[in-house]
Amino acid sequence: MRILALIAKRLLWFVPTAVGLIAVVFFISRVIPADPAALLAGETASREAIDALRTKLGLDRPLIVQLLDYYGQLLRGDLGTSLFTTRPVSADLMARLPATIELTLAAMIIAVVFGIPLGVVSATRRNTLVDHMLRIVTVGGLAVASFWLALVLQLVFAMDLGWLPLQGRISGFPPRPITGFMTVDAVISGRMDQLGSALRHLALPAITLAVPALATVVRFTRAGVLDTLGKPFVDYQNAIGIPRALIVWRYVLRNALTSTITQIGLLFGILLAGAVVIETVFQWPGIGTYAFEAILQSDYAAVMGFTVYAGGIFMIANLVVDVAHAMIDPRGGRA
Amino acid sequence: MSGIAQVLRQIARDRSALVGLVLVMIVVLAAILAPVISTHPEAVWDMNPVNRLKPPGGEWVMGTDRMGADIYSRVVYGARITLLIALVAVGASLLIGVPIGLWAGWSELWIGEALMRVSDIFLAVPQIVLAIAIAQTLGPSIQNVILALSITYWPWFARLVYAEVRALKHETFIEAAIALGVPQWRIVLQHVLPNVASPIIVRTSIGMGFTILTAASLGFLGLGAPPPAPEWGRMISESREFLPEAWWYALAPGLAIFIVVMGFNLLGDGLRDILDPRLRRSHDR
Repeated sequence: MRILALIAKRLLWFVPTAVGLIAVVFFISRVIPADPAALLAGETASREAIDALRTKLGLDRPLIVQLLDYYGQLLRGDLGTSLFTTRPVSADLMARLPATIELTLAAMIIAVVFGIPLGVVSATRRNTLVDHMLRIVTVGGLAVASFWLALVLQLVFAMDLGWLPLQGRISGFPPRPITGFMTVDAVISGRMDQLGSALRHLALPAITLAVPALATVVRFTRAGVLDTLGKPFVDYQNAIGIPRALIVWRYVLRNALTSTITQIGLLFGILLAGAVVIETVFQWPGIGTYAFEAILQSDYAAVMGFTVYAGGIFMIANLVVDVAHAMIDPRGGRA
Repeated sequence: MSGIAQVLRQIARDRSALVGLVLVMIVVLAAILAPVISTHPEAVWDMNPVNRLKPPGGEWVMGTDRMGADIYSRVVYGARITLLIALVAVGASLLIGVPIGLWAGWSELWIGEALMRVSDIFLAVPQIVLAIAIAQTLGPSIQNVILALSITYWPWFARLVYAEVRALKHETFIEAAIALGVPQWRIVLQHVLPNVASPIIVRTSIGMGFTILTAASLGFLGLGAPPPAPEWGRMISESREFLPEAWWYALAPGLAIFIVVMGFNLLGDGLRDILDPRLRRSHDR
């Protein structure tokens, strides 16, 4: 019951925030610009075309009517039509979302799988050379511009050494789309060659995206483990002779992780935002590259559609994380 | 003034804060002294096709770009753009966010609560997403980048101050001041504000680093200062056409971003340890 109450509470927060977010985007796209129709029609549109579009979209009506209309549109899943692809923006984004999610999850896996052990090592070897080296890496990982790191990795591992592909999602024919995740689809189709190609394409963008997240995971794991190591139960376990490694990796880590899990959940959203910039460097066909191309082509409806879409996904991801966290940690998460 | 001197002394003793302060000072000095320390101040904005894409060495410390401009000189001048954007955007966010947080936290009136709900909306999505929408609507320019970043960053300060004020309100010394009949505005300015100053200062330093990264991302996406302004993010974006031959093209601007963001982050971490005793690294975090 307590979980249900929490879900209800989070939903109670989610709905007004989503309504507010849409109002903010509406304000940005319809109230700030002098002539929203001109923006939507594109730079090359004629006077007549702009006027026609204004009437067609009802941009000459009172703002409050437009806002209500905008909510109606979004409830129907209508984000407008892209000038460039001439398709509905929502369809464009939906088609590209799996690529972004696949990249984000891959980066998350890298950050967690490497970050947690490194954090534990950093804590147990506190103030040794290993700890200091790891601190430099974590501080640096949070300061580097992801798109620059992406270029450096491309330059070294793709262009110079030739170990990994430069960009794209796969070489040759992609597997039959089932889930939209290329790695999963390749496995389902039983095509190991395609899985290999997909993983090799995934490597550089996922590593780039994982770097700041990895730094965060190391920091929080280290702090959590250090906190837990000071607890009385650790002294007790030491006293009764449980091996140090077992204490650290089993009992201490489990206690330390509950606080880290909240952070890992928050990371998902941060990774999603990072993907927007990194995707363009690797020509990764996700929603970030879509937004970048829309910006270049002044495809206004597509940029605004992206904002609503990305904001919505980010909020839903946080909602899911909150609920999941409440289920894992019965002491009750953040309110 | 002795407070500032004391903080400076403590920064000098904290290794990471000191490194942070030095890195920030290097970039600040580079921005101020740009005309003096750049080797080719005249070649920052002009086109010199003869010198196009020269590798580093000799006359060109960091090589030249597609226009034949000296990359080192451009990066040095770029520090001005970067610091201007970050200073004004974070400054504006402070000026908007701190009063709103103070007022909403203290008065608990519905308008204040409503403003906090608005700040929740901005905090619910990544800054870059809304900044992209605003910058695209307004068009690429330095002013618009500053505007986009200010509009999306003030909620961080509002939230922070709001939470601190709510916690402070029921402290004995505040209740004593209320009982003594001190005017509310004086309580807020003289007793509450100084007590929330530390977290604000820490957040400002971290926020500078964060804002510089977001501004560079906007520049990289083509939403920043238009060419030929020596904006670091755009310089890195331009370099992509000329890889792998012109490997040096993105090196200097990327390192510059790294140095300044690292500087502000280290300084912020150090200031947190110095100013906020509650978060002092008892566990050496």
